[in-house]
Amino acid sequence: MLGPGVVWYLGVAAFLFGIGALGVLVRRNPLIVLLSLEIMLNGANLALIVFSRHVRGGAGQIFALSVMAVAASEVCVGLGLVVALHRRRLALDVDRLSELRG
Amino acid sequence: MSAVLAISAGGGLVWAVWAIAAFACLASSVAVVSFANPFYSALALIGNLGSLAVMYLLVSAEFVAAAQVLVYAGAVMVMFLFVIAYVGPRREAPWAGGPSWQTLGAVLAAGALLVEIVVAIGLSAGGRLSRSEHVNATFGSPEWIGRLFLTDHLLAFEITSIVLLVAAVGGVILGSHTRRQDSGAAPQDAEPRRERDLEAVR
Repeated sequence: MLGPGVVWYLGVAAFLFGIGALGVLVRRNPLIVLLSLEIMLNGANLALIVFSRHVRGGAGQIFALSVMAVAASEVCVGLGLVVALHRRRLALDVDRLSELRG
Repeated sequence: MSAVLAISAGGGLVWAVWAIAAFACLASSVAVVSFANPFYSALALIGNLGSLAVMYLLVSAEFVAAAQVLVYAGAVMVMFLFVIAYVGPRREAPWAGGPSWQTLGAVLAAGALLVEIVVAIGLSAGGRLSRSEHVNATFGSPEWIGRLFLTDHLLAFEITSIVLLVAAVGGVILGSHTRRQDSGAAPQDAEPRRERDLEAVR
């Protein structure tokens, strides 16, 4: 593998995952929480693909493509929830949406 | 792609492209989290996905890079931008909302997660992860991925289609349910109507 080794890519993946986790925890807008979730998923995807290249197997890339499909499903349901919230005139703030807290 | 890069500069060009892509990737991920306007955050995420696709090309995952650009940067992000335009891009300060100890705890938790992953990588790296290996030309090609999907990973392929179908049905149900409530009685009218129904039952 020319250029940077696996560890460099894994460093980028770790940073992406950490930044995404920070966004999920700190931000209050559910849209930006969803965007940060995408960053976390992409960090995991990068690690999967780099390991797939490292072991020269295909399972990592297959897993990454499945993760993409799951992310598309998650965006579909999440954006449906956001639109439903907006139609019911509820505030788009994850701190105020605490009715299901139990 | 990778063959062209290998001929050109023996790794130096790969390093340069990787450095640019990694910097763009990290900068745009920070931008996604720190922009006040969700519209700008979504645009920054498109840049993030594009630079990730460049890194996928560098590790010779051509089909995944193409799928990343088409599915993520194309379809998913366009849907995001439509919804943000529909809801209206409300600005909010990135660090506002919630008590300050919550924000501090969130930053500490994310930092601990990052340190944990880096330590795990560093402990397992120990010389084993830095070997350079060559792959044959079909690695990462659409034909290779398709063959894997239809032979070894057929179950994952079929289950993925079911997951997508369930998500699409869920999205439709979430949308249509609220529309029925909106076109019907106003929310404050719901309580008297239920009492009326109860009296009719009696």
